[in-house]
Amino acid sequence: MAEPQSPTAVRGGGLRNTIGGVLCAFALLLIGVLAFSIRLFSVIKYESVIHEFDPYFNYRVTQFLSKNVIYEFWNWFDDRTWYPLGRVIGGTVYPGLPLTAGTIWWFINSLNIPLSVETLCVFTAPIFSTNASWVTYLLTKELKGPGAGLMAATILAMVPSYISRSVAGSYDNEAVAIFALIFTFYLYVKTLNTGSLFYATLNALAYFYMVCSWGGYTFIINVIPMHVLLCIVTGCYSSRLYIAYAPLVVLGTLLAALVPVVGFNAVLTSEHFASFLVFIILHVVALIYYIKGLVTPRLFKVAMTFVITVGLCMLYLPKLRSTFMSRVHIINLHFKVRLMLVLAPAASILSGIALSEAFKFHCVSAAAERYSAPSIVVTSRSHEGFYTFDDFREAYAWLRHNTEVDDKVASWWDYGYQTAAMANRTVIVDNNTWNNTHIATVGIAMSSSEKAAWEIFNSLDVKYVLVVFGGFVGYPIGDDINKFPWMVRIGGGVFPHIKEADYLRDGNYRVDAHGTPTMLKCLMYKLSYYRFVETDGKGFDRVFTTHHWMVRIYKLKPQKNRVRGKLKPKLKSSSKTSSMRKVGGKKNPWQ
Amino acid sequence: MPRATTDARLLIQSLSRAYAATPTNLKIIDVYVFFALATALIQVAYMGLVGTFPFNSFLSGVLSCIGTAVLAVCLRIQVNKDNKEFKDLPQERAFADFVLCNMVLHLVIMNFLG
Repeated sequence: MAEPQSPTAVRGGGLRNTIGGVLCAFALLLIGVLAFSIRLFSVIKYESVIHEFDPYFNYRVTQFLSKNVIYEFWNWFDDRTWYPLGRVIGGTVYPGLPLTAGTIWWFINSLNIPLSVETLCVFTAPIFSTNASWVTYLLTKELKGPGAGLMAATILAMVPSYISRSVAGSYDNEAVAIFALIFTFYLYVKTLNTGSLFYATLNALAYFYMVCSWGGYTFIINVIPMHVLLCIVTGCYSSRLYIAYAPLVVLGTLLAALVPVVGFNAVLTSEHFASFLVFIILHVVALIYYIKGLVTPRLFKVAMTFVITVGLCMLYLPKLRSTFMSRVHIINLHFKVRLMLVLAPAASILSGIALSEAFKFHCVSAAAERYSAPSIVVTSRSHEGFYTFDDFREAYAWLRHNTEVDDKVASWWDYGYQTAAMANRTVIVDNNTWNNTHIATVGIAMSSSEKAAWEIFNSLDVKYVLVVFGGFVGYPIGDDINKFPWMVRIGGGVFPHIKEADYLRDGNYRVDAHGTPTMLKCLMYKLSYYRFVETDGKGFDRVFTTHHWMVRIYKLKPQKNRVRGKLKPKLKSSSKTSSMRKVGGKKNPWQ
Repeated sequence: MPRATTDARLLIQSLSRAYAATPTNLKIIDVYVFFALATALIQVAYMGLVGTFPFNSFLSGVLSCIGTAVLAVCLRIQVNKDNKEFKDLPQERAFADFVLCNMVLHLVIMNFLG
């Protein structure tokens, strides 16, 4: 319910305006506090810790930024992941989030406030949620008025779909990107309303910040052209529209191309073509209006028939038509579930009336119960109360303190970011999942027998293998045996000797005595159930199992130097000297 | 058809007469826009001759020309006395905005030129 604007009576209006302004500012302050505090449940319930998987990668990047200069960041080649391939981080990461947190960390530390990088990373999302609610107020005020603005800001502070991606600890791109999104739209509307080139410049710079922060920037560069097109089609063309859109396209494209991860995609990929198309359409329309203002109506009709004839001829030239048709992509077709959160600000602004008690209760309970689990710490409720399983951090800490710095750790890709960030060890595959063949290599190692797996891991210089096992505690989220079908499928997709049918008994994966021989002999099964059902490992030494058996770490046994009494050459020889001696210089392909 | 040619001639005459009546300051901006666009066309033609490498320099050059043209058109819109939407805008403010936006544009260009 939007409150009506202050009455236009001049006498009492001045004082009322001032009081209204002060109240508004105070309300905004409270909304900011609300947005911040509703996201702190996980810090209160657990501790100040970074959640899930992707945030650990962002945390590692921010750590790097805090220790090195910006040029080293742009040129950073990370050799501690995707071993032995490495990853070009400078060119494949959206730098907005780590740069933002890194700048704030640097600024606060220069004031001699000793906040750690981790603390700052945990609280970046709540801080920027506060900022997001304030710019929502600004945007809605531009559209409707201060009353609606306050309402929209409150709703945005509390809406669960936004909270889910911006709780304290959820250090991911959306934390700053949603703020950048709303801010860019606010500046666009402001430019449209005022026609000021100054706001147009600010709009382009805000768009630049959005491009730096999130791949969802393509949403802006498609929605704004659609709005411009709508304005033109409904006859609302004005010169302010030109000032709002044309500089944004040129400056925005250039600024987007400046960000390394986008680069030339800013002009070459289909997601941006809508903006160029509407840019051209806008210029044609502007020219038409200009000519209309210059000549008499009759001559204007003549001009238009001429233009339309030329246009139709061009359209029917085959070559031009094919290039035109193949480039028409108005709507961005890639919608992930997470993108629902992009609609959250719009929903908040539109539903200015929904502030009922039920809604408030729903938001707070959703924030407290459903979206505040850090997932690195698992909890369960028993009759005694809360019980936490901190096995993941136990395992990473063990790795950190009991292995050499250059030791390589192999695990399924889910744990890559966390291992790299918390255990500080080189990993083979991580959540970036950019190389399917490399993931498949790990997959077939997990699916093969111990000897074959040893060969594969040895070729990758792996020292330790990490598996997640939920059989002891009934781990609800999904351990590696739960993910095993994917290891088989992905591995089998690249290396055909792994066939999923070998692991299935009557169409099901069985891990009890009825499992298929291939299943019972494979590495993942053996490593998960070692000493659970009294199997022993030949090539792998169990070195660590966490308190609740959730994470199990195995060390690759080194090759034997000598094999006594063997004269025949062996195919899978564990001794390189004997194979080279016996088989007369046959080169082991993995060396 | 004779009627079409006379119409076309009338149209061109009318256009040139109306354009001649525009104030000088706007005509100067128009010359500037034309110059910027001509530079862009020359760059595109050159790219057609020698190829697109280095692509960032080509993009930077062409977009700087198009950018200055667009900004000059924005200035023209704001400075045009016939435009009723901007009659309250002081000309100095319009020019200052124009300079600021150009500075940002050229900073970006120089960064991207390589």
